[in-house]
Amino acid sequence: MTTIQASKLNTLQYDSELCCGCGMCLSVCPHGVFGTNGAVPGSQRSEVAVVRGDACIECGACQRNCPTGAIEVESGVGCAAAMIYSALTGRKEECGSEGCCS
Amino acid sequence: MAHRLEPGLYALGSPTPEARVFVTANYTLSFDALREALAGQDAYILVLETKAINVWCAAGKGSFGTDELVARLQSVDLASKVTGRTLILPQLGASGVCAQDVERSTGFRVEYGPVRAADLPRYLAEGDAAPEMRRVSFSLKDRLVLVPVEVVGTLLPALLAAVVLFWVSGPTAFWATLAAVGAGVVLFPLLLPWLPTREFSTKGFLLGGLVALPFVARGLSGPGTGTGWTALATALSYFLPMAAVTAYLALNFTGATPVASRSGVRREIYRYVPLMAVMAAAGLLLLLGVRVLGGTAL
Repeated sequence: MTTIQASKLNTLQYDSELCCGCGMCLSVCPHGVFGTNGAVPGSQRSEVAVVRGDACIECGACQRNCPTGAIEVESGVGCAAAMIYSALTGRKEECGSEGCCS
Repeated sequence: MAHRLEPGLYALGSPTPEARVFVTANYTLSFDALREALAGQDAYILVLETKAINVWCAAGKGSFGTDELVARLQSVDLASKVTGRTLILPQLGASGVCAQDVERSTGFRVEYGPVRAADLPRYLAEGDAAPEMRRVSFSLKDRLVLVPVEVVGTLLPALLAAVVLFWVSGPTAFWATLAAVGAGVVLFPLLLPWLPTREFSTKGFLLGGLVALPFVARGLSGPGTGTGWTALATALSYFLPMAAVTAYLALNFTGATPVASRSGVRREIYRYVPLMAVMAAAGLLLLLGVRVLGGTAL
């Protein structure tokens, strides 16, 4: 297994074996979690690495746009109000309910 | 809804079939930011139905997403109106859109522009986004504009609680309530990056505890307080609930920020909400106890 857990603080997992080096994750990540290790010898692509794993907010943009499935993250919105509301009412956890974020 | 725009294809200036196509949400503030950034250009703007929610939040909910984009491209028949096959999406839409799926279904290639529309001119000139254009910031100004929203959301329950506590205990409890809530909804957002510790809850405990100090001092030595255990109980009756209330409001601020992760927030809820409840309940019991047994506490 080459999958690594990016940080103790979140659910981001990255598998460098599956990575094709397209750099899509670098483009979509709003917190600069991914970076490059420079070019892979004898190849056009550069090797992607997790450089700021703790900063991941689990928005899921990297996983959704990774063409090879090298990234996995349990994505969702980090909103305590939504989670507590859902826990208290048993309703689905989402934004935009009860006047919140609508 | 006042901020809703009809979804569909909009022309900016007089676009030719070679013009660029930008995609945004049907929230007027998102649309206006894009339009202002592109002032003077001829381009197409494809507006998706996100129910007047901004791009970032709509992408999180999935309404600014692959399905809506693919359906909207077909319903406006974009392929027959432009010769290019590239769409420029705001970067923050990426959590809802899968670029490969869009290309497979429609032939249009998705290109993620910068986070902020204001950076678009530079992005278009340079052909790529510099790293800082790809990062979400949460500046003092960003946090300041959220304060009124937070205040409005808590004002009524806070006043209600303050009045009840005034009636139960006295004016100090009234002001303590407003101070703890004010710390949570005004001071906390402003001071966020400067409060030590990483977790929102512990930052909040710290801030609430600090704001409670004058009340603790008054409880220990102010007029009308007893001596010994009564004074200590009075001080704690302010300290515990105030720290808990501010911490709870701090934790609830997570949803308004672009820096909290779902698993992190969940962990904080399990770890600290029970503690907050116990602190608040203990404080209220002490407040009542001092009033019933101590008699003169204010």
